[in-house]
Amino acid sequence: MIGRHRHCIALEEYSREEILEVLDLAVSMKEVLQRPIKKVPSLRGKSVVNLFFEASTRTRSSFEIAAKVLSADALNWTSATSSTTKGETLVDTAKNLEAMKPDVLVIRHYAGGAPRLVADRVGCSVVSAGDGAHEHPTQGLLDCFTLRERLGTLEGKTVAIVGDISHSRVARSDLFAMQKLGAKVRFCGPPTMIPAGIEALGATVHFDLREAVDGADAVVMLRIQHERIGDPLIPNTREYSKLWGLGVKKAEEWLKPSCVILHPGPINRGVELAPEVADGPRSVILDQVQNGVAVRMAVLYLLAGGKAAEGAEGKA
Amino acid sequence: MNAQDIDRAVRRLGREIAERAKASGAARDLAIVGIRRGGVHLGQRLRKELAAALGAEPPFGTLDIALYRDDLAEKGAAPVVGPTDVKFPVQGKTIVLVDDVLYTGRTIRAALDELVDFGRPRRVWLAVLVDRGGRELPIAADFAGVRLDVPEGEDVQVRLREAGAPEDAVVVKPRRGT
Repeated sequence: MIGRHRHCIALEEYSREEILEVLDLAVSMKEVLQRPIKKVPSLRGKSVVNLFFEASTRTRSSFEIAAKVLSADALNWTSATSSTTKGETLVDTAKNLEAMKPDVLVIRHYAGGAPRLVADRVGCSVVSAGDGAHEHPTQGLLDCFTLRERLGTLEGKTVAIVGDISHSRVARSDLFAMQKLGAKVRFCGPPTMIPAGIEALGATVHFDLREAVDGADAVVMLRIQHERIGDPLIPNTREYSKLWGLGVKKAEEWLKPSCVILHPGPINRGVELAPEVADGPRSVILDQVQNGVAVRMAVLYLLAGGKAAEGAEGKA
Repeated sequence: MNAQDIDRAVRRLGREIAERAKASGAARDLAIVGIRRGGVHLGQRLRKELAAALGAEPPFGTLDIALYRDDLAEKGAAPVVGPTDVKFPVQGKTIVLVDDVLYTGRTIRAALDELVDFGRPRRVWLAVLVDRGGRELPIAADFAGVRLDVPEGEDVQVRLREAGAPEDAVVVKPRRGT
């Protein structure tokens, strides 16, 4: 259990304390990853099933390593090789996997709400590894973990999230978590990529990159999700890069010296980030990858570590 | 035990460990590892004693055994995990594992499992302030400040100033909730 939650599906539903419970535990989990023998026996005999309906290397591997470091068995199930290509429904697939008695089901799906749909119908804990344009809670948590590590705290800090906000589940999870930890969030991108009325969630909206990153303590650069976009929302990637990409010169002149740069990956080098910036001293992108394992270990441990929750209410 | 008794016990433990270390040629590669949380402050005190007796301060680390517990499946919620911090190389060292109270031996079992994940120590000694009996595993203390026979329904609490107690004390109390 993470606070009141049996599942980890949406940070929008998590309280500040529940988020901090995961982040504090992740510090201890990160220490385990530095040891000569990176394995602790805490989830021995438990199993974690990764159910992925969308391409992913980073997140799936990250969950798999997290499970294995905790000594849980990890099984990967990807849609391309599964019976969903033969017409099986999501719930049927999940029910069949549930019959194998996993303790945690990790789901990535192209449709927002899919993890919730499954969570309401299975007995085990469900962790979302990203659903449609809804949320990517463990990414939000690992971004906050990385910022706490770099900035000490998020209290009073300003974070600019730049790119395709309307198709980004990372932007939403980041927004909910970062605000709860006391940060101010700015959204920036082409007007076609910022949903109308998003200010209602508490972020400020900027169409000018310079204005958005001015004085910011951290910048999260997002990838244009070509696979999620039907009609083109931008004339072309060159124009996008020119206006909303972070090149060497802009990074040098516009960012304050202590500002760090995050990216959930995969990077489109030369589009949203110049290679020199992605590999530069401000970049914490590779820290994010390692922190992702630690944060996912914390989530798996909290959800599967105690006694199997009997009759726990189905709300996540 | 009052503050004076504890002080005396810690000094005696320090002397005994130093003697054994010298006798077995381990004085130069001695290291102390305190088990969170009770063993950490006690370990620090022992470290001072050993530094005085051996002329060099042994390296110090802390272990949190939550991830190595054998009762995870019996607990309601996953136990709180604290920081483990072993920065020195464990390989070849003589490790003095320190805890405040030795009871069932399960904490020590977990600590030994965790410790060897950092390397292969030359040997491990166990030093505790209170050995209260009641072992459920074949584990014994090499050094004990005091040996008591405490019945099952009672708790031994070691309260140290470093942990916020007004005064050092060892108290035996009926367990809450039983």
